[in-house]
Amino acid sequence: MTAFTAIITRELKLALRGGGDVLTLVLFFVMIGVIVPFAIGPDKILLARLAPGIVWIAAFLSMLLGLDRLFRADHDDGTLTLLRHADLPFAAIVAAKVIAHWLLTAVPLLLASPLLAIMLAMDLTSLGRAILSLLLGTPALVSLGAIGAAVTVSIRRGGLIAPVLILPLAIPVLIFGVGAISTGPGPDQTGGALLFLAAISLITTALAPFAAALAISSGED
Amino acid sequence: MIDLGPHAVFIIWAYIGVAIAVAGLLATTVLDARRIEARLRALDAQGIRRRSADPA
Amino acid sequence: MSIDIAPKPNWFSRIAHPGQFVAWSRPLIWPLAAITALLFVVGLYFAFFHSPADYQMGETVRIMYIHVPNAWLSQFVYAIMAASALGTLVWRHPLADVSMKAAAPLGAVFTALALFTGSLWGRPTWGTFWEWDGRMTSTLVLLLIYLGIIALWRAFDDQLRAARVIAVFTLVGAVNIPIIKFSVDWWSTLHQPASVFTPGGPHMPGSILLPLFIMFFAFTFLFLLLHLVAIHTEVKRRKVMTLEKRAAGASA
Repeated sequence: MTAFTAIITRELKLALRGGGDVLTLVLFFVMIGVIVPFAIGPDKILLARLAPGIVWIAAFLSMLLGLDRLFRADHDDGTLTLLRHADLPFAAIVAAKVIAHWLLTAVPLLLASPLLAIMLAMDLTSLGRAILSLLLGTPALVSLGAIGAAVTVSIRRGGLIAPVLILPLAIPVLIFGVGAISTGPGPDQTGGALLFLAAISLITTALAPFAAALAISSGED
Repeated sequence: MIDLGPHAVFIIWAYIGVAIAVAGLLATTVLDARRIEARLRALDAQGIRRRSADPA
Repeated sequence: MSIDIAPKPNWFSRIAHPGQFVAWSRPLIWPLAAITALLFVVGLYFAFFHSPADYQMGETVRIMYIHVPNAWLSQFVYAIMAASALGTLVWRHPLADVSMKAAAPLGAVFTALALFTGSLWGRPTWGTFWEWDGRMTSTLVLLLIYLGIIALWRAFDDQLRAARVIAVFTLVGAVNIPIIKFSVDWWSTLHQPASVFTPGGPHMPGSILLPLFIMFFAFTFLFLLLHLVAIHTEVKRRKVMTLEKRAAGASA
């Protein structure tokens, strides 16, 4: 097993052993789908029209709130400092952590999205598009989130600042994510939005580990 | 005063808002500077110096 | 990789050593203030008494004289912050993080003013206070980034460590600036595209360009003045913190 995959396996093992975390995020995701119909009324047509936005807001908030767990535990017990001096380049270690984090947070959301589709009166095509857009967009969210988590890791109660920092930068992801499900009246541009989403994900996934690694290193000296 | 047209209220409020904000910026900048200078003077009066100012 | 040579005397240490910088730049403050005040007086005079109404927008064009400078400053100040961030990360320049920290609240206010004046200009001209088009959305995003950076500065205890981390984040956020610039070209929606610096020359008559340029310089000098004073204050604030720590240590 290479060092890279070893890091991913370690993250997965630790998280799954801990248990509660992953479930909590999925619950939060589903609960947004539950409370929105209470807030805006059970009109199915309205719900179906707003469903793409609601699914993405739910995914957005769930992923942003789960950011802190990327680095905090390792920072608190000193593992992060050890990892910085490992043979594997630190950016690669961050990338491995990001991949593990995506597996732990985005995949459960994808699996839970049919539940949201039922509660928000989405039809099957919309659900299919929603899953695809989440699949292509969540990597961008975890990558950007990693930058936020890295910047705030050395702040004692920095957990709430990271979402605030990342939200403005992640707005394009939200725009194209929703656009990939439905673009409202007019010609269907979901294909274009999907491509933009994929592009953003590729760029952020490639560059964010370096920025995050730099932020952590700068904060520790 | 010159005639500012039918939308005068927007023009006036835009300029007033900017004036208030600029005045606020100037005020906080100056007050902040004064506060820190006063603190420096107080510390100086107590005789606290930087290491580089200590003799030998 | 690290800079071992002691700073050369003369010009380099004058801009690198915070104490020296404060000393030689202090005499600049009052002249800067005078120039700023003069530019504002002249600019406002021209804006109200010596320029025509626009043939399309009527008198509301006068809002442009305060909207455009603030919009320009919102991006210019971020560019200053980004350049300072580079100074912190690449050269460990001791004044760079002070410059970065001092610029953030100023940039936030100018961005908020750009949105405020733009909103009041939009209502009579386009019929709406707000529209989610490319430029307005990305300027709002810029304001949120500024506020996030200010929150970051307040969250850190160790300001020196904070500077390097915030420098990284500032550079990441800098990607928004080109988006603002080109948003009016990429998405042709509500906000008008560039009309001053276009390949064919300005689209506006000289009588409107003149107050615009004067106010443009007035606001820019205002920023330079505020930034300089804020840098001085921050340098002194750090000196106060060091001295207070010494005092606490001595009395312990």
